[in-house]
Amino acid sequence: MCEIREEDRIITPGPAGFLPLSAAQLGVTLCDPGQGIYYGHHIDEEKVMEEAATRMLTEKNATIFPGPMILWRWNQHAIEKAHAVLEMAAQIPNVRIIPMPDYRPKYPKIDPEEAINPNHPNLTILHNKIEACIFVGVHCHYANLTLKMIRSGTNCCTIALCAQQGHEDAMLSVRDCDLASLQKMTAVIKRVREKMGIELPASGEAVQFTPTQSSVNAGKSHVDPLATQPQPVAAGV
Amino acid sequence: MSEGLEAEVKTNPQGDPITSVATPPPAAEKIDPHGESKKQQVVTPHHMFFEAERKREFITGSEAAKEAVRRSNVDFSVAYPITPQSETMQLIGVLYGEGYVKDYYRGEEEYGVMSAMAGASRAGVRCFTATAGPGTIRGLEPIVSWAGHRLPAVAMFTCRVVNAPLAIQPDNVEIAYLLNSGMIVFHAENQDDLFNFLMKAFVISEHNDVTLPVGVCCDGFFVTHARGYVHTTPREFKLPPRIAHDGAVPVLDAENPPARLSRDAPVQTYNIHAVWQQEVWAAVERSRKYIHRYMGGLIQTENEDREILFIASGSAAAQSREAVRLCAEEGIETGLVKIASLRPFPTAELRKICEHTKLIIVPEFNYVGWLAKDIAAAITGYSNAKVVAGPHVYGGMSMPVEMILDQVVKALKDKTTVVVPRAMKDEEPVDPAAVGHFMQNI
Repeated sequence: MCEIREEDRIITPGPAGFLPLSAAQLGVTLCDPGQGIYYGHHIDEEKVMEEAATRMLTEKNATIFPGPMILWRWNQHAIEKAHAVLEMAAQIPNVRIIPMPDYRPKYPKIDPEEAINPNHPNLTILHNKIEACIFVGVHCHYANLTLKMIRSGTNCCTIALCAQQGHEDAMLSVRDCDLASLQKMTAVIKRVREKMGIELPASGEAVQFTPTQSSVNAGKSHVDPLATQPQPVAAGV
Repeated sequence: MSEGLEAEVKTNPQGDPITSVATPPPAAEKIDPHGESKKQQVVTPHHMFFEAERKREFITGSEAAKEAVRRSNVDFSVAYPITPQSETMQLIGVLYGEGYVKDYYRGEEEYGVMSAMAGASRAGVRCFTATAGPGTIRGLEPIVSWAGHRLPAVAMFTCRVVNAPLAIQPDNVEIAYLLNSGMIVFHAENQDDLFNFLMKAFVISEHNDVTLPVGVCCDGFFVTHARGYVHTTPREFKLPPRIAHDGAVPVLDAENPPARLSRDAPVQTYNIHAVWQQEVWAAVERSRKYIHRYMGGLIQTENEDREILFIASGSAAAQSREAVRLCAEEGIETGLVKIASLRPFPTAELRKICEHTKLIIVPEFNYVGWLAKDIAAAITGYSNAKVVAGPHVYGGMSMPVEMILDQVVKALKDKTTVVVPRAMKDEEPVDPAAVGHFMQNI
């Protein structure tokens, strides 16, 4: 898939150690438009997307972590992106969606089946045994904190779909991720999935609930992500 | 009681009562104090910095700062007239009167000023302040929190000594306190640098992957009070406004939920504080590409292939420039590396330039030699050059160029100069005695 050899990868799933050097300290830089970051190296964006798709389709307990910029109904653009993320989820069988609604530390303790938080993201990753994840709609500073901590203490492969310049500390990072890029990512996942012969559930219920989510959804185990559409912004909002 | 009072009669200068009311000037003749600022046109940073016509003006550093702020679309500025100050913040007040700065007031003191800067930047507006010496130190606690909170803002530090006994002279020891704050730190050599660095600082600080404050330092008096040639851009142009929602952190909006999106202290784990610091310094690293884009690099050089180099920043760079000429008259060939960006530090650039350098002279306007230490640390293992920390002047003394020449001559004779030990090569272990000598004398 890519000319970067496995042994040349710089930023890889951890645990990288008690307090590993950041990607920037290891010399990893952000890439130019049209490129993505592939385990610390700059390569063509589409190849990064293909690797991300493969990881999300094959690793255990793949999870999408939507952040505040698409969880909250700020404006029409946020709604469109939220819908695009649901469409993406619909292409990944048994994917989970665990939100990062804000950046506050959670007291007295977080429910890792309900939310993820940049102050202790490793708890959510470890509790749910997540080995591949996508962050989307998270402000860059908090995404960077989260990615560093996950790499430090877990074996999760992190994927950042960033509307800005991307993230060095993610194993795979796509920059300038606007609505069209999200839709392109969905198309790549669909293509890779079909190539791998992975079927979608006939019911469309691709998203798997965490136990906490299931408990507030009448004990259901799965849901069709496209069954619940984001509502448009009300007049005057 | 009122009967005892006579009605006020308006008179002309000759004492004659005025019986007619002067006709007010037509409304059309009223001068709008904000009129000129309202006509400013937003241009791209690229146009402002590289394409716009330049006009040569002979102005003070404070006036250069004023002209930079005039063109920088600044929303908010807060001042405290601490002693010593420059007239910079007074001139920013003039800009407020003219409508170029949207809000401006006098803070209670420097702690309050720097805290107000933090609040305004969090709220999403473009901020500017200037301070000096004791003001810098008094405001240091809020200042060092700016980077951690990812607050883009520009502060101008017109260095004016912080040591006791109180003095108001130029001495840039205060930069030593800023270098490890997580800010980006520039050091202007002259009035022209100040004009350009300030405008570019706003643009660099607000890039999403940077989102950090920038401290633009200069040496007080030499730059702020003295006049120099500044190549200004048209005052009809201004930079684009800050787009706060493109920043790396959410804008603090107390009126719209979720209001508490971001700003709670990360008290639950030590790890979050550790990676937070990594992230601040990663952001400093990311600023390099923008410093290259807008400032042409972190350093400027003249004859950098010479075996003897002056490496300096600020006014010491100006004096070193003259020392290059004086040395040439004495038959000594030297070159100059001027460091414009102290944070991020031009480590890779210095390692490359100094690979074959034999002698490095680092003149500084402070006692502690913060720049010489940074240079020595940067090139260790990459250069065999002898690094001479000095000459130093401090407490506001000027630095005669002859003093720099003397240092070169002494260093060539290897006599009484304060020397940073030769950088370590595999076959040349560090000499502990030399290190001790350096640390005691720098």
